[in-house]
Amino acid sequence: MTDTTAIRYVGQSLRRREDFKFVTGKGRYSDDIKAPGMLHIAVLRSPHAHAIIKHVDLTVAKAAPGVRLALSGTDLAGKIGSIVPNWIIPGTKVPDRPVVAIDRVRFVGECVALVVAETQAMAHDAIGLIDVDYETLPSVVDEEAAIRDGAPQLHDNVPNNITTIYKIGGGDYGKAAREADQVITLRVANNRLIPTCMETRSILAEPNVDGSLTVYLQSQVPHMHRRWIADTVGISEHQLRIVAPDIGGGFGAKMHLYPEELLCPYLARLLGVPVKWWESRSESHQSTNHGRAHTEALEIAFRNDGKVLGLKVETLGNVGAYLSNMASGGPTVNTINFGTGAYKIEHYEARSRVVVTNTVPVDAYRGYGRPEGAYIAERAIDAVARHLNLDQVEVRRLNFIQPADFPYRPYSGPATIYDSGNYEGCLVKAMEAFNYDFRSAERDQLRAKGRYRGIGVAAYTHMCGMAPSRRLSLIGFNRGGWESARVSVDSSGRVTIFSGSMSQGHGHVTSLAQIAADVLQIPIEDIDVVQGDTRQVQAGHGTFNSRSMAVGGSGVHVSSTRVVAKAKKIAAGMLEVDEADVSYQAGKFSVPGTDIASLKFGTVARMAHVGHQLPDGMEPGLDETVFYDPKGMGAPSGVHMAYVDVDPETGIVDILDYVAVDDAGTIINPLLAAGQIHGGVVQGIAQALYEEVSYDADTGQLMTGSLLDYAVPRAEHVPSIRSLFQETPSPTNPIGVKGIGESGSIAAPPCMVHAVLDALSPFGIKHLDMPMTPPRVWSAIQKARAGADR
Amino acid sequence: MIPASFDYVRATSLSHAIGLLQDDPDGNKLVAGGHTLIPTLKLRLASPALLIDISGIDELRGIEVADCIRIGALTTHAELLASKPLREVLPIFHQAADMIADPQVRNRGTIGGSLANADPAADWPAVVIALKGELELAGPTRRRRIAARDFFVDIMTTALEPGEVLVAIHMPRPNRGAKFRYRKIRHPASGYAVVGVAATLCLRDDIVSEVMIAITGATSRAFAADSASTHLIGKPLSTENIAMAASLTGEQAECLSDHYASADYRKHLVKTEVSRALASLNGA
Amino acid sequence: MTDHTEELHVVTVDVNGVRRTASVEARKLLVHLLRDDLGLTGTHVGCDTSQCGACTVDIDGQAVKSCTVLAVMTSGSSITTIEGLARGGGALHPVQAAFHEHHALQCGFCTPGMIMSVRQMLGQNPNPTESEIRHGLAGNICRCTGYNNIVRAVQSLASEAPRHD
Ligand SMILES: Cc1cc2nc3c(=O)[nH]c(=O)nc-3n(C[C@H](O)[C@H](O)[C@H](O)COP(=O)(O)OP(=O)(O)OC[C@H]3O[C@@H](n4cnc5c(N)ncnc54)[C@H](O)[C@@H]3O)c2cc1C
Ligand code: FES
Ligand code: FES
Repeated sequence: MTDTTAIRYVGQSLRRREDFKFVTGKGRYSDDIKAPGMLHIAVLRSPHAHAIIKHVDLTVAKAAPGVRLALSGTDLAGKIGSIVPNWIIPGTKVPDRPVVAIDRVRFVGECVALVVAETQAMAHDAIGLIDVDYETLPSVVDEEAAIRDGAPQLHDNVPNNITTIYKIGGGDYGKAAREADQVITLRVANNRLIPTCMETRSILAEPNVDGSLTVYLQSQVPHMHRRWIADTVGISEHQLRIVAPDIGGGFGAKMHLYPEELLCPYLARLLGVPVKWWESRSESHQSTNHGRAHTEALEIAFRNDGKVLGLKVETLGNVGAYLSNMASGGPTVNTINFGTGAYKIEHYEARSRVVVTNTVPVDAYRGYGRPEGAYIAERAIDAVARHLNLDQVEVRRLNFIQPADFPYRPYSGPATIYDSGNYEGCLVKAMEAFNYDFRSAERDQLRAKGRYRGIGVAAYTHMCGMAPSRRLSLIGFNRGGWESARVSVDSSGRVTIFSGSMSQGHGHVTSLAQIAADVLQIPIEDIDVVQGDTRQVQAGHGTFNSRSMAVGGSGVHVSSTRVVAKAKKIAAGMLEVDEADVSYQAGKFSVPGTDIASLKFGTVARMAHVGHQLPDGMEPGLDETVFYDPKGMGAPSGVHMAYVDVDPETGIVDILDYVAVDDAGTIINPLLAAGQIHGGVVQGIAQALYEEVSYDADTGQLMTGSLLDYAVPRAEHVPSIRSLFQETPSPTNPIGVKGIGESGSIAAPPCMVHAVLDALSPFGIKHLDMPMTPPRVWSAIQKARAGADR
Repeated sequence: MIPASFDYVRATSLSHAIGLLQDDPDGNKLVAGGHTLIPTLKLRLASPALLIDISGIDELRGIEVADCIRIGALTTHAELLASKPLREVLPIFHQAADMIADPQVRNRGTIGGSLANADPAADWPAVVIALKGELELAGPTRRRRIAARDFFVDIMTTALEPGEVLVAIHMPRPNRGAKFRYRKIRHPASGYAVVGVAATLCLRDDIVSEVMIAITGATSRAFAADSASTHLIGKPLSTENIAMAASLTGEQAECLSDHYASADYRKHLVKTEVSRALASLNGA
Repeated sequence: MTDHTEELHVVTVDVNGVRRTASVEARKLLVHLLRDDLGLTGTHVGCDTSQCGACTVDIDGQAVKSCTVLAVMTSGSSITTIEGLARGGGALHPVQAAFHEHHALQCGFCTPGMIMSVRQMLGQNPNPTESEIRHGLAGNICRCTGYNNIVRAVQSLASEAPRHD
């Protein structure tokens, strides 16, 4: 008598349930929230890269109209704790970072003083009236310059400006180099980027009558922010409510602890009124963390058939003036652990040094370390292919980790495990979609006619969904790696998921509900998702490291499974049959092979709530919470291909096609997953072709201080992205998913570099640094031409 | 993001505006479309005492295509893009307008504001120079006209005297068969010209009878590439002559250098874009 | 110290069909009038250099960046914001519906401005090619979608079958 087929949402391109509010202008972002009587903060920022603060005169500012309070770093000393990182690689020297600079500034943009006033305009008017007497010091902005003898020193406890030295590897690189046919060296750089969430940061802290404090904050990690703010400002966690409303993009930039996130809560408590801060875009360029900023020296040992025997890496990670939250982990664990990429390179020797400079702090940005790691592997393999004049695809094939090798520990190292994958599968799929053979022939024909076409290939793998907690603490990441999910069923059978993950545009209200609906076998319309409010959501770690589906989604799956298990027990009792005889599908508990009438999920839920007919010893309620700590991390992988045309006279790179084949295990929602790829790839293309933060080497001034200089791509600058998936389920979690959010920004930079180098190969150009702007491409061609003339 | 305080008056007539401007030529500022001025106010790079809004003054509006062509200073980039009569005689307005900023900015920004502002990377200066335009200026005591090529003095500096308002741009109606091309290499962030080239050309029996090339973006002010024109007049538009003209223009340009593009690169772009502009007019 | 005796200016505008009046400082930007004084927070601020288009509204039939217009300059105009497209919670405007259908938004922050720009674009060119669409979006930055699905959404609204460039 079943009119029922199993409900299955996973794998469907459901349209997003959260869209309505956004397309109608009803989204609610931090700055949309206003509290009666709120005051506004404006921050005075250092105009110098490195200077001693001799005196801060607030007298005039204090007397300006509407000003309630003006404070310098000295006024705040001892009142708010220092900003401390929360991922500290063992052995790291942590410099002290006061919330507002006290006696010395170390980057252009560092907070020096602040004003609290009745309106934002008044606050801005008043900071112009603060007089600061500085004595400037020599500065250093470049990581290579910062570790040279005689370089300006930033912190007394960080000799040579190096906070951390980290080494990883396996095998015997020296031996590989001796046995290799050839060894080449290559210096590559990962340009410094500005994450550029379209919504800048904004914070509103509002004291409540009961002495507690509500902070509206665009946080990717609301519960983490609660812990950090509580610890630093001296509020107890249970009295602090973080509300992360709709977030206009995060990309890693909104998961750190910034001075303003401490100032608003502190001042709101001090003054007893709501206090707000809003960041303008140009301010954001110097007050919100940057990303990347690496240089690496590579040495590659290989055989003449293209097989890479060994790789040696020296990384310098520029982390700016202070160690931000995770800064010691990015250039180290997150980068060089993954330096061998999708390839079996048995002899690996890598060292990373984390370097402070007079620049904006650098921390996580989409991929954090993994783009830099993949860049190492990919540039190395491509250089070998180019050096030997071998086909770029064949050399990759020869070196790939094979499906039979999984789970695979690269270079037999201690920390990195790739759970699963099928790189050849991705490669073949990409070549077909891209029409690789046809394109190669076309490129060659056009090359003969003086046109510069190029094909780029990049393969990648990495690990995401930082977990499990115990293993993370071994590398100094001791804040936990689990995720919490509560699945709460009301007395009519409707469900609310309280998830510790935090969407910033990812569409969790849709995707998490898809996962739950399949387990609960109820229509998705009956499921709501709540995130981002520490008063409602029990606990959580938030969204970063592509972890929301792998860890958060798995948690939802586990709690939902527990709900069904309990409901089944209740149903068995109500039907007076053995639990093992009950089957559950499409919202109905039935006893197959009998004519016992089935029970609806809602009926069982009601019974769970009224509680008078429950199996002996069972607690009422249908509400399950899990703190899900995975057993391992998933390793997404993929192969991307790009086709470009380079105009040698202007240096302009035109992208003719871009194909992305990504293996993120089970795909919950292909439409949303493809959206993540599109966005990630475009951010990767941006790194490769357009974006770079530049500092004046002498003065430490930020040259890309606004969007007038920092080139975030527009629609015209990028092509359509063709996104395809291969699904190799991850054995590390119950739903088989791996992360996807970072894949695009990991694969696209090397893919683009390889495409342009391929196009420029007739000039003999072997390497170009990103961004490959028209002037830079043109100069490389000029240099090559001049060299050829000699 | 929040400008410093200022006051605001909507000017009711040209003389009203000039009068207000005269009251304090340093402190008072005209605002037309506001799409250069307001961004600078938001970043507090300027802090005028009074803004004089000229956007309601009818005399500064309109596109007239007759024996001469008159474009009022308040004409927006969008109006220049869309105007059919103008496109018929001077299609270069359409070509250039389409490359200026973006649709929203084009709806507000005016050609008068652009010319008066004299940003070395703005587009219209090259166009009006190439078209041998004359700018009509109205001041407290007199009206005058000045050739576009003499108007741009230096970075953000024009021949406008204190108290003067740019009223309109006048251009001769081009000869039949005249051809026009605007080419631009855009800065990827700002969208302004790294190099912009405006070229007009007349061929009679395959011989260049008239030509004018103007460059923007490359140097501290838009300029007319006279040596190139002199070279081309009376000659066929051969590949060699185009190359020579491009190279002469490049030599004339004392190029700017900044952290995005070197002077060498700009000079090369000048040559490349001049030759591409001319080549595209050959047989077009 | 400067004396703040700046005069307030009375601004009367028609916003989404409703006459609104406010007293503002001359320096107040239209976007702040909409967001702070009139409570229309669907119009966003994404930059301070007039580039991102998150603040795009319609003034007298034209898409305009409301961060680059003084509120006083708009007195007497008719303004439509994102909130005015699907009035009274009714059916979505076709551009809004297409954005939903084609997953043309992620964080949604750029979306109101994008929709207001697309609305003008299609008004002027009902059947744009892909490159015309991309060119027409030059005034709007999106950091999430890579523009891919925004382009698809606009294509789906074209009045005819896709025209190729
Ligand atoms: C995002 C963005 C991108 C842009 N991209 C480009 C581009 O690619 N190419 C380009 O050329 N421009 C570009 N612009 C500039 C744009 O074209 C401006 O609109 C134009 O330069 C100024 O016109 P306006 O009417 O807005 O001038 P306003 O801002 O009103 O005024 C500018 C200056 O001119 C003065 N002024 C205005 N009108 C007169 C007059 N009639 N007489 C005397 N003085 C006057 C004002 O006092 C002020 O000093 C861009 C602007 C923006 C915001
Ligand atoms: S806020 Fe108006 S263009 Fe960015
Ligand atoms: S959807 Fe986030 S900026 Fe466009």
